[in-house]
Amino acid sequence: MCPTRTPTRQETHGRQGRSITDHDANEINRVEELSYDLKINEVMTAHMHITSPEMPLSKVLEILRINRISGVPVMTDNQLVGILSLEDIVRAMEKNELSAPVSQYMTKKIITVAGHDSIVKAIQTFTDSKLGRLPVIDENNKLVGMITKGDITRGILTALQKDYKEEEVRRYRASHLFEDIISDRTTLVLRYNIKAHDFTRGGNASSHIKRALLRLGANPQIARRCGIAVYEAEMNLIIHTTNGGILKLEVESHRITMSTTDDGPGIADIAQVLQPGYSTATEQVREMGFGAGMGLVNIKRCVEKMEIESTIGKGTKLVMRIHVPTENFNGRKDG
Amino acid sequence: MNLKEIIRLTEGILLTPNMDINVQISGGYGADLMSDVLAASQPGAVLLTGLTNPQVVRTAQMAEFGAIIFVRGKQPQPETLLISIQENIPLITSPFGMFELSGRLHQAGLPSFESNVPN
Repeated sequence: MCPTRTPTRQETHGRQGRSITDHDANEINRVEELSYDLKINEVMTAHMHITSPEMPLSKVLEILRINRISGVPVMTDNQLVGILSLEDIVRAMEKNELSAPVSQYMTKKIITVAGHDSIVKAIQTFTDSKLGRLPVIDENNKLVGMITKGDITRGILTALQKDYKEEEVRRYRASHLFEDIISDRTTLVLRYNIKAHDFTRGGNASSHIKRALLRLGANPQIARRCGIAVYEAEMNLIIHTTNGGILKLEVESHRITMSTTDDGPGIADIAQVLQPGYSTATEQVREMGFGAGMGLVNIKRCVEKMEIESTIGKGTKLVMRIHVPTENFNGRKDG
Repeated sequence: MNLKEIIRLTEGILLTPNMDINVQISGGYGADLMSDVLAASQPGAVLLTGLTNPQVVRTAQMAEFGAIIFVRGKQPQPETLLISIQENIPLITSPFGMFELSGRLHQAGLPSFESNVPN
């Protein structure tokens, strides 16, 4: 949990003092998002080398050189009193004063950042102060670490890599589903309830189905054909049924079956609805670009097998099948 | 041809923020009948249409269009805009009609992506 604290400038004033408009919000990319999500104490260096005000600069130079760092906090009695950087030592070297104590050359004006702030706050402070490193303090003003621009870059890259790995793992798991689960016959069933006349959400289920197929490793042409067929079928449920219906996708390693079932009104003459151009759709549906009497014709062209059964007053069942080459879902080619 | 060039040729306005306008568009297709779009289009085209309901975006998604241009300055319904942002399909509105737009794009070298389908 976040301890009580005063809001950061970032939170009060938004990015660089500007408020975030809808337009800006849409322009935030993943790196920017991370710079808001990642906290300073997640990317800072917590194991610090410290120095005292009395220490001679020559000794500090040794510490910097051995640890390949460019600055250290200066502490007295657990209190941060200054920062000594390589630049300060260079100034001393120019005057040949390497034996002088740290206190003589350290930067006393200390600008700190809070560990629980987003790294965007540190980026701003770097820009405003032109400093290269900042001490990080906790809610009790205690020094807990140091942060440099390098820490921020590393932090963001690590987070991006984690994102990428997670997505890879998700894809890998899904596409190997049929290989990893051993059975005599594995079927993945996805079921969607489709409401009658719900035009606004029309196509949502089909969109999910298409994405699932791609994630399962179906080749893009097959996913497109399935997407088009199932979308036409979904729109039929929305346009023509009394109470909506159920849209079902069954994926097996060798074939994809999509089906719709509803409880009415049913089709009187199936041969007639299979005629291109025949439609019973209302004017309202036609205005939306549907009801041209091409739906079932389209479906038939996209799938290998289409079966339709209907009884007036009972309902309609439409089954669509596509066979898939074996390498599609399990990465193995059958000989 | 990239989307940026298409926006220039059609004097269009990009309605969806933060979308990649350098994306390549390989062809064009114009229709107001969604079943026609689903039946006879090839993937990777820009869709010219007078319809602005959410189904246009769903149709474009299923048929794998790269972008949608609304003709005669039409503005999409809010749900349409929302879905297009979710599905990352750029929406453009152009002041010209379907015929003029088709002509402009075709003349600039954008091929027709209408496939011949027997009815």
